[in-house]
Amino acid sequence: MMRLPPCGYIAPATLAEATAILRDEGPEAAILAGGTDLLAKMKRRQQRPSTLVGLRRVVGLRGVRGGPRSGLRIGAMTTLAELERHEAVRAHYPGLHQALRSIATPLLRNAGTIGGNLCLDTRCNYYDQSFEWRRAINFCMKCDGDVCWVAPGSDVCLAVASSDAAPVLCAFGARLVLAGPRGERTIEAKDLYRRDGIRFLAKDPAEILAAVLLPPAGRLRSSYSKLRRRGSFDFPVLGVAACLRFDRDVVADARLWLTAVSMAPVQAEEAERALVGRPLTGASIDEAAECAWARAKPVDNTDFTVRWRKEMTRHHVRQALGALTSSVRFA
Amino acid sequence: MRRDGSARGGLRIVGTAARKVDGPAKCTGALRFADDIVLPRTLACRILRSHVPHARIRGIDTTRARARPGVFAVLTGSDLPIPFGILPVSQDEHALCPDKVRFVGDPVAAVAAVDEETAWEAANAIRVDYDRLEPIMTIEQALSTETPRIHDYGEGGNVHKKVSLEFGDAEAGLRDADAVFEDIFFYEGSTHLPMEQHSATAMPEPDGRLTVWSSTQTPHYLHRALAKVLEMPASRIRVIACPNGGGFGGKSDPFNHEIVVAKLALLTGRPVKVTLTREEVFYCHRGRHPVLMQVKTGIARDGSIRALHFRSWLDGGAYGSYGVASTYYTGALQTVTYPIGAYKFEGLRVFTNKPPCGPKRGHGTPQPRYALEVHIDKIAERLGVDPADYRLRHLVPPGSLTVNHLRIGSMGLRTCIEKVVAGSGWKEKFRRQPRGRGIGLACSSYISGAGLPIYWNNMPHTGVLLKIDRGGGVTVFCGEIDIGQGSDTVLAQVVAEVLGIDPLDIRIVAGDTDLTPVDLGSYSSRVTLMMGNAAIQAAEKARGILATAAAREWAICAERVVFAGGRVLDSGDPGRAMSFADAVQRAEAASGTIGTVGSYTPPPSTARYRGSGVGPSPAYSYSAAVVEVAVEAATGLVHVERVHLAHDVGRAINPVLSVGQVEGSVYMGLGEALMEEQSFRANRNGVHRAPSMLEYKSPTTMEMPEVVTYLVEDPDPNGPFGAKEVGQGPLLPIAPAVANAVHDAIGVRVDAIPITPDAILRALQAPSKRAGPVRVPATDWPEPVRVPAPALDARPAPDTRPPRDAP
Repeated sequence: MMRLPPCGYIAPATLAEATAILRDEGPEAAILAGGTDLLAKMKRRQQRPSTLVGLRRVVGLRGVRGGPRSGLRIGAMTTLAELERHEAVRAHYPGLHQALRSIATPLLRNAGTIGGNLCLDTRCNYYDQSFEWRRAINFCMKCDGDVCWVAPGSDVCLAVASSDAAPVLCAFGARLVLAGPRGERTIEAKDLYRRDGIRFLAKDPAEILAAVLLPPAGRLRSSYSKLRRRGSFDFPVLGVAACLRFDRDVVADARLWLTAVSMAPVQAEEAERALVGRPLTGASIDEAAECAWARAKPVDNTDFTVRWRKEMTRHHVRQALGALTSSVRFA
Repeated sequence: MRRDGSARGGLRIVGTAARKVDGPAKCTGALRFADDIVLPRTLACRILRSHVPHARIRGIDTTRARARPGVFAVLTGSDLPIPFGILPVSQDEHALCPDKVRFVGDPVAAVAAVDEETAWEAANAIRVDYDRLEPIMTIEQALSTETPRIHDYGEGGNVHKKVSLEFGDAEAGLRDADAVFEDIFFYEGSTHLPMEQHSATAMPEPDGRLTVWSSTQTPHYLHRALAKVLEMPASRIRVIACPNGGGFGGKSDPFNHEIVVAKLALLTGRPVKVTLTREEVFYCHRGRHPVLMQVKTGIARDGSIRALHFRSWLDGGAYGSYGVASTYYTGALQTVTYPIGAYKFEGLRVFTNKPPCGPKRGHGTPQPRYALEVHIDKIAERLGVDPADYRLRHLVPPGSLTVNHLRIGSMGLRTCIEKVVAGSGWKEKFRRQPRGRGIGLACSSYISGAGLPIYWNNMPHTGVLLKIDRGGGVTVFCGEIDIGQGSDTVLAQVVAEVLGIDPLDIRIVAGDTDLTPVDLGSYSSRVTLMMGNAAIQAAEKARGILATAAAREWAICAERVVFAGGRVLDSGDPGRAMSFADAVQRAEAASGTIGTVGSYTPPPSTARYRGSGVGPSPAYSYSAAVVEVAVEAATGLVHVERVHLAHDVGRAINPVLSVGQVEGSVYMGLGEALMEEQSFRANRNGVHRAPSMLEYKSPTTMEMPEVVTYLVEDPDPNGPFGAKEVGQGPLLPIAPAVANAVHDAIGVRVDAIPITPDAILRALQAPSKRAGPVRVPATDWPEPVRVPAPALDARPAPDTRPPRDAP
């Protein structure tokens, strides 16, 4: 990589100031919330924002409040490492804990934040390349070009959702606080994402993800199973997040989300229906795995072959759900 | 780590885990790598590279680049018209392509500017008009495409080199065999992935000389290439090789960027520096050739190999590099482990529109070794013989001459196999574990330096100059370069052993063409053996001078003078001694300034056929590996749980460094075996799939299993204190041992490297329980060069002792 290109840097002290700057700078500005992904992209001349708006100084964006009974409010600038070490997260939201532990490397988790991870740029082997490399393919529609090389007939960018935390928060039914020039609003985590590799976040560019609201842990059991090449470092090529609520032995509510199989996290609703109203058994898990397998439609834009990645959906759904047959966590 | 072998034989420094002489500097960050060179007034260089895989250059317009503020110079191919290349027969590279580009990443123009960003902007402002040609991306396509040709030399069409050799009558051997076995294998290309990216700085001197610092493994060859291309006398050019942050063969060629910064420095009169991006390092490449292989073996009733017919097709990429040697190496070392009655080798290298392949750790031998060792595993299975026992029954004897006329010295493979078999519990595990758990064995051998230099000459391959200060300090000058393997420490230990002093009292001056005698470079596992022998020679001369002076002082004969512990002693009178420094002062008073030299030339090979230059070596190392795996049938994922590796290093000059080389080799071998792929998108303009450390998948510490290393020390008469190589050989058995272990675990054969989970699932689903190539391209092989097998009296009877119970 080359060194960073020349770029403006502003470090506002309040959210109001930050959103005003973003509104004034327009889409050429980028939010810096850890930088582990963005700065590398800038060094590759893959993205060239005119101004970086650093959130490190913004008061109140960092830290965790609340508890498992009331739910957690997680500041978006809380680092992944801090969150991973948080006792309530570890003990009561194991799915989130497992996802956090699987992100990048321990060193990168010291810099990366939960907000940054949730807003992670979609990834693609045709996009995450230097300017020179992308020039050799005449660029792609996500940046500087007009074709999606993953599927040249596609009229939408197929870059893949690669946040490990996002599917888990969707499965938890978490809510997100967005701060914008006209004040705050709260949305469902799943509503942050759009099935469009370019406009993958359903928020105004001037809006800042300020906090994550986790529901009370209650009788939820959760898990996350991640497929990647190596035991550290790699983005998911498949992630399965499961969150079940039990009524005695019976699954009363089931949420199963997949990541890295589409431009946004994908809810496997048929798989969820296969689980609800019966105990969690090998048979119900197999049925859910079959439904999720049908739902997963990976394309050739990450590591490994497409066929094998799809094949692995069954296995990882079984892993994620299998983990819930024993890990009982009551609040 | 466990050691086995000869007694220390009175050695005091050699054989100990002496501290690495560059260790403190590396730990504190004080060591200066090439990118740490920062000179006043330095200009930054960026290189514009081709974004098309194959094209003629119609024109280059540099006007807009030259007009940019901060730009000092812009170069194109016409500024550097003289071709170069590492081998005299393949002078096919240009510092900047003058008329044709041959892969995405080929250098086309270069800019020197006030900073990197300015240079980059200017380089991208250069307009190149390309006339596109059909890109050639595979071996099959290269063989079937007569035109366009990537180069206008070679063996016609896009074939770079064809080799055909036959030792004895292989056809008859196959015909008369009791059973014939045949297999086809593929070994994917991979790259070196050194942590340090290539970097070079050139500085013009006021007197017209030029100094170039570079992260190179071969300062001498770079020196020659610079003199040739710049048309400057070599005496005016100084090349300083900085310690390499990993080389593995990827810094063994003279590179375009080194020549470009030199030219830019001469033009601008200012220092010019380039540090390649990781992506550019993938384009330098010179890594493992993708090789398709066909192996056919005729086996006699007793299991011995009557005849072997081996064919290899190498995907060479866009330039020659070391490729002619690589081609020969895919056929050279099959013969040095198990006796072969008659041997035929046919090899072929094609040009393709991809970054050039070259020498990566093991240079041309991991691919055929993988094929051979998996092939033998299959043969042993068909014969109903334990594959460890099969190998133990068929070992090349020490001191013998192989069918292709390679002279074997010491040969510790028997001990190596016995060590890993005993240490791994092989007998209890092989074919006896539950499904999903497997154990596999493979063996190998490698050269300790090539018998011939890269360009024909009859001068020594290495030289050592030694100077002793009156204070007792010793400075050793040698053109070798430490690429992390510890050659500086080996040099200090060897000299310290001879002079009886502390290695830390020795200063090493290495890899500087103005200051040090030529050493051909840190490649082909040659440094310890060759430099070590030269260093012994220089140190013994110095010891002689000192001994003579001390003997005169004590009025005894010089043979009685011994050197130990920083002192010079009379072996006949334990009370009589002087310090090393005192002995130096007496010697200097008696005979003048003390400086000595040593040099080393490998013994001549007896082979005299065309192509006999590749294969001969002063000594051959031997390795045996047992790999234990767990394979998930549901996913096809392979977890390597433990690797047992025994390596016959002759003698471990420094056992900790030797083990470091073994563990590094195992790591690199596992990466190749299971995941690494230097691969390209043929349908997307031939771009590299993933030229980044994140997406080019190589194992991390998380994937690294426990490695149990056994150093076997079977001293070789040609090695310094008996030492042989250890830097490359231990990589070779890893891929085949993994493949054999996977088969033991779940009964499938994946006859293609890397062994991916996808391939394992495909093999599980296939009726043949196999995944891998099924055919080889139709090829016109030339008539072989027919070489008689050596006379039988030159070939001691095979070592057919029955396997011993493991100690």
